[in-house]
Amino acid sequence: MELVLSLGIGILTASGVWLILRPRTYQVIIGLSLLSYAVNLFIFGVGGLKKNAPPLLTDGADITSFADPVPQSLVLTAIVIGFATTALFLVVMLASRGLTGTDHVDGKEKAK
Amino acid sequence: MSGFSHHLIVAPILIPFAAAAIMLFIEERNRTAKALISLASTVLLLTVAMFLMRSAHGMDSPNGEAGGVYLLGNWPAPFGIVLVLDRLSALMVLLTATLAIPALGFSLARWHNAGAHFHSLFQLLLMGLNGAFLTGDLFNLFVFFEVMLAASYGLLMHGSGQQRVKAGLHYLVINLASALLFLIGVSLVYGTSGTLNMADLALRLADLPVERRILLESGLALLGIVFLIKAGIWPLNFWLPNAYSAASAPVAGIFAILSKLGIYIILRLSMLVLGNDTLPMASMARDVLLYAGLATVVFGAIGVLASQALGRLAGYSVLVSSGTLLAVIGFGGATASSGALFYLVSSTLTMGAFFLLIELVERGQDAGASMLAVTMEVYGDVDEDEADDEIGVTMPATMAVLSVCFSACAILLSGLPPLSGFVAKFTILSGVIGANAPTATSAAWITATLIILSGLCALIAMTRTGMRTFWASIEGTVPRVLVIEVAPVLILLTMTLALTAGAGPVMRYMDDTITMLSDPRNYINAVFEARRIAEGAIKP
Repeated sequence: MELVLSLGIGILTASGVWLILRPRTYQVIIGLSLLSYAVNLFIFGVGGLKKNAPPLLTDGADITSFADPVPQSLVLTAIVIGFATTALFLVVMLASRGLTGTDHVDGKEKAK
Repeated sequence: MSGFSHHLIVAPILIPFAAAAIMLFIEERNRTAKALISLASTVLLLTVAMFLMRSAHGMDSPNGEAGGVYLLGNWPAPFGIVLVLDRLSALMVLLTATLAIPALGFSLARWHNAGAHFHSLFQLLLMGLNGAFLTGDLFNLFVFFEVMLAASYGLLMHGSGQQRVKAGLHYLVINLASALLFLIGVSLVYGTSGTLNMADLALRLADLPVERRILLESGLALLGIVFLIKAGIWPLNFWLPNAYSAASAPVAGIFAILSKLGIYIILRLSMLVLGNDTLPMASMARDVLLYAGLATVVFGAIGVLASQALGRLAGYSVLVSSGTLLAVIGFGGATASSGALFYLVSSTLTMGAFFLLIELVERGQDAGASMLAVTMEVYGDVDEDEADDEIGVTMPATMAVLSVCFSACAILLSGLPPLSGFVAKFTILSGVIGANAPTATSAAWITATLIILSGLCALIAMTRTGMRTFWASIEGTVPRVLVIEVAPVLILLTMTLALTAGAGPVMRYMDDTITMLSDPRNYINAVFEARRIAEGAIKP
């Protein structure tokens, strides 16, 4: 499970970094989304990977059989904030497309 | 602090939040109501900030009364989120409110009509700033950071236009990417140390097993990069002059404190986490801050000299002040650090005034006039015949006021006496070189030389621009300026004058702040000794 998760994070990050370095705004937004998926998985992973472990603690139970609830709540917050800022970016992207007439990140095509 | 006044710590977050929420329900046409609510909220914020500053002594009282720590949700530290009010955070909250009122007043003249929801966004920006200054929890810091940034995206593009949207797009991508780095850093810190509370982190750092330390240090380094991007350190600052010069004047005015937020967190975390000099990463981090800060000063100074438009000149001046602050924080030492705090206050007020002033000055020139002026200077193509017309022409009062404000800004930016920029730089220099000059290290001399040279560059650039704008203005029409627009500039400049006149008490406050910060145990004890309200521990 560790291998699959780390491979997933790695591939998402690599694709995301490549995409945000591209000159088109649509590629940049997809890159940012992929990066934020990778980061969310990463946050989820720092709590340690456990199967069938609930994050709720009861009295007298062995603490090792429970998942850490803090990364789960952190990732929830990160998802909400990431979603909101991506939506905001989408609006700005459309405004930029409308004002400049191009989808280049600098607002003008590179001189050939 | 006792009883009700204890709850005032959370007020700098709640007041702007409530104001912003209420204003969303008011129709966009009803701008007078919005302006009044916004102004009332900001003035209330200033009052609360002044009260908090007076009561910020809770941290260092001998019997450890933790009056300055507010437990959100009444959970004891380190389990719940804490707000911590010490001298440093009180100073920053007060500075925010002080800068916000003139910026808001300036916007009332015309800028708040330029787009929707200006006042709500402005209040949310203040909320994010205050929250980030007050919080004692790393993840909570992230949340307030995002609140502040989301509001700043909207404000930066306030007024729309191709230039603003383009600069806003770049600003947005940079900050979204750095937010992701922030998350990676925070989760690394949590994964290795098991805590997000800053005080708890500082405590656990000392006895962390070696195999975990490398991950923790990478996490902290990532966090550092995020705050340095915000502060505008070289080479991560290419976006800053574009963004700041594209923003509308009142927005750029309040943005003067955004880069200082990055510096505040660097100062807070470096004092708290790197305060323990036995850690191997402490000296490395200090070196990085010092040399990257110096590189920023050089980059900013070159930018200041090279700028033709006033907006870009101001943007690069922000970089110079950030670089100076970071270099001095990296250099360390009590006198230099309290000088740096003084410089922080002084330069924030200066930049705020300068950004507001630029718009008024440029109103008189048609677009492209400044470019034309430079070209004509270079090629010596000035029409000599025009000299006759200048005889007997009186200088209009507006131009006189503006030019006095402009020269005050020039004096402040270059750090000449008699204004507060001089006091700040003098204290920094005397702290860096020390009482005994021959024993000062080469790093100290380099720092001192670069700080003085950056002042010289600012002076040259400002004199050149000033002469072009006010003295030899080509077809310059007198700008139509309202009193409500020039008053905020005058207020900010008067405050720098007051800073100079009251330099003694202010510097004592800064000294106390640095003394308190230099021993992290003050902060850690205060956070851990804060007791829940149910136990009746809030002392009468």
